Amino acid sequence: MNDHAAHAHDDAHDVPFLEDGKGWKSWLFTLDHKRIGVMYLWSVLIAFAAGGVFALLLRLELMAPGKQYIEADTYNRFFTLHGAIMVFLFIIPAIPSAMGNFVLPLMLGAKDVAFPRLNLLSFWIYGIGSIMALSSIVFGGVETGWTFYTPYSTNTSGAVVMMTLSVFVLGFSSILTGLNFIVTIHKMRAPGMSFFRMPLFVWATYATSILQVMATPVLGITLLLLVAERTLGIGIFDPALGGDPVLYQHFFWFYSHPAVYIMILPGMGVISEIITVFSRKTIFGYRAIAYSSLGIAIISFLVWGHHMFLSGQSAYAGMVFSFLTFLVAIPSAIKVFNWTATLYKGSISFDAPMMWTLSFMVLFTIGGLTGLFLGALGVDVHLHDTYFVVAHFHYVMMGGTVIAFYAGLHYWWPKMFGVMYREGPAKFSAIIVFIGFNATFFTQFVLGTRGMPRRYYNYLDQYQPLHQFSTFGSWIIGLGFIVMTVNLLASFKQKVKAPANPWGARTLEWSIPSPPITHNFHKTPVVTEGPYDFPVEGQAASGAEGKHA
Amino acid sequence: MDTPNGYWMPPAASTVAQSVDDLYFVIFWLCVVFFFIVTGGVVYFAYKYRRKHPDQLATQQIGHNTLLEATWTIIPAILVIWIFVLGFRVYMDLIVAPGDSLEYQVTAKQWAWDFRDPDGCSVPGELHVPAGRPVKLTMRSDDVIHSFYIADFRVKQDVLPGRYSSVWFQADKPGTHNIQCTEYCGTSHSNMFAKVVVHTPEEFANRAQTFCKVTVGKEHGEKLYKNQCAACHTIDGNRLVGPSFKGIWGREGKMSDGSKVIVDENYIVESIRIPTAKVVEGYPPAMPAFPTLTNDDIASIIEYMKTLK
Repeated sequence: MNDHAAHAHDDAHDVPFLEDGKGWKSWLFTLDHKRIGVMYLWSVLIAFAAGGVFALLLRLELMAPGKQYIEADTYNRFFTLHGAIMVFLFIIPAIPSAMGNFVLPLMLGAKDVAFPRLNLLSFWIYGIGSIMALSSIVFGGVETGWTFYTPYSTNTSGAVVMMTLSVFVLGFSSILTGLNFIVTIHKMRAPGMSFFRMPLFVWATYATSILQVMATPVLGITLLLLVAERTLGIGIFDPALGGDPVLYQHFFWFYSHPAVYIMILPGMGVISEIITVFSRKTIFGYRAIAYSSLGIAIISFLVWGHHMFLSGQSAYAGMVFSFLTFLVAIPSAIKVFNWTATLYKGSISFDAPMMWTLSFMVLFTIGGLTGLFLGALGVDVHLHDTYFVVAHFHYVMMGGTVIAFYAGLHYWWPKMFGVMYREGPAKFSAIIVFIGFNATFFTQFVLGTRGMPRRYYNYLDQYQPLHQFSTFGSWIIGLGFIVMTVNLLASFKQKVKAPANPWGARTLEWSIPSPPITHNFHKTPVVTEGPYDFPVEGQAASGAEGKHA
Repeated sequence: MDTPNGYWMPPAASTVAQSVDDLYFVIFWLCVVFFFIVTGGVVYFAYKYRRKHPDQLATQQIGHNTLLEATWTIIPAILVIWIFVLGFRVYMDLIVAPGDSLEYQVTAKQWAWDFRDPDGCSVPGELHVPAGRPVKLTMRSDDVIHSFYIADFRVKQDVLPGRYSSVWFQADKPGTHNIQCTEYCGTSHSNMFAKVVVHTPEEFANRAQTFCKVTVGKEHGEKLYKNQCAACHTIDGNRLVGPSFKGIWGREGKMSDGSKVIVDENYIVESIRIPTAKVVEGYPPAMPAFPTLTNDDIASIIEYMKTLK
């Protein structure tokens, strides 16, 4: 027996995946999607903490106009790092790579992703890219903003080349993960799981993966051109050499607008899962939500110009981009209505994942609605590049994706680690973050509307009270996340064993023990019903047998 | 006239400002209504259908409802297309300058604005315009991308190197408003600040005798300092991008190439015309040239520097 210990079907592999191998090598060289997911999880959580610290330092500096604690150049480096870390090291990989890796094969009834080695490679690439990004701090820092606009980024000093190359490298991690998931979803669904029996998280991940594969190469090419411009002076973007700095913006946003949906779509998938489970209801409008994910993915390729209404692009281009931008609003609105309708006649409980989800519903609604101001050309002229934009995308990215990520983290935590956290502090942290978030960012809508430009180290005295209030809010957010972190980590000490299905969910990942065994399923499950076929009052619970192998 | 336009908006001081604000509030109230529909629904359902005992199940499973879904697709679609049309109309008013506009030339550079009126007159860091006439600014940048923004006028336009862009406005009442840079442009981005001064037509017509008079002397130098130099050089001894002007006159300084230089007239002229020729040790060669400053301007700056003991 021992000679064959490494073989897949050996009894030794019926141990939980967390105990299947000890030491750092068993993690760094694992091919288990769950272990890779867990490594991603810790990485993105560290990135979130680092990005968050920079955010708190920025807010602290903005307590009053003029110099408080740090120099202008330091401030500029900090907001660049905050943006770059949050976007490239945290939000983009957070839900797809950390949760997607863990949950997606389980939801499909598969034993792993389609290409486990490629999966590990993408984690390594992520690690290398992250180290490169952080090393730019010691190589002179970067103060271009996370958007690296030319010609500023080609003229200024600092480690711009290191930072952009790191983003180039990170892009490959994103592409490989996307590719892997697309093939996994097409080829590795359990018998009986048709496309329309897939959980909506899988649909969301599918749409995201398509975006990752199709859009990310454009960013890679753009950043390589930027590096070539900076080091060789090839003159693609430099007007003195016949180039065009606005071309860079077109290239950049051609990726980075779809990237916004790479960030939010997986969050929407998480919300679709949680809202059904905690109201014991089937999702309202399954097909509408699934198709709207794809609709968003397609239209998102055609709206990049709304970042450039004032860049000097033609009024007709502006008109077309504005129109298409409004079209994107519709599938997003449909999803919000569907989630709301899902609650109707349900049996709603308020466990921690649901608290985070309800917070998402409110914040994402505000984030989505305030996009209407910015899509309207005449109003955007006034609000463009002000704090209104900062507030808007924080409501979408943080109020949307980040809150959904933490909803998902509380939802799948018992599955991932086999332990339950304490419910009280978990709920409490969701509420604290919600309050702090609104204090911080709603204030910024007012600031922006009153004409406070973004990326400002210094500002006019009239904006000080609001800036101060926003800074106080950021401390409340910080407190909320500290409570959350301590509570989650404490669950490892308390060792309250998690049952296989603590929430009464019906998707396949809950049909196996918590934490799962290395090969997930003893026998491939056969799927006979949809992912949200909850029973109603007066009808005996049924169907569960069909889901178990 | 400098009272804010309601709680949200800054003063509405141009002819287009009110139409921007009106559209803003159309969208605002639409958002308020939709926000309360959604969160009202969420809160009401969450309360009404809360789980009262652990085994409670849903009372009904509803997969979808075609009529309802069509309704909440079509109504928002109509509304957003309506907002799009309104937004585009206001935008056309914002970008198409009337034919009889006064034409100004604007140059942006790190980190100052230079404005020239149709007669070629320029007041450092100040844009002087008449009330009641449309003004069109043709803008270019000497270095990186900047953006010209007057919040009170609701106008904004990126300013690019190697390409002209333009913006127009008409202010109907005399007054002073802030000009800010809204495209990140480096260290002193947030100090790239200027003023637009709106004059009565009579005041403006007499500008050659008043504010647009070419002057020489330390007062003029101080004004130039505030608008052109202060983003990088303090007068209180503190370090910004460049050395402080406090006590600079007549001082011997060490340059980055090791040479020593006495700060005199020739050094100042050279520093303004060819800033990289001699760079003070320990500072970056970050200063751009200021070709728009006249010889009289530079003489005035020198007079002002002499007062900074």
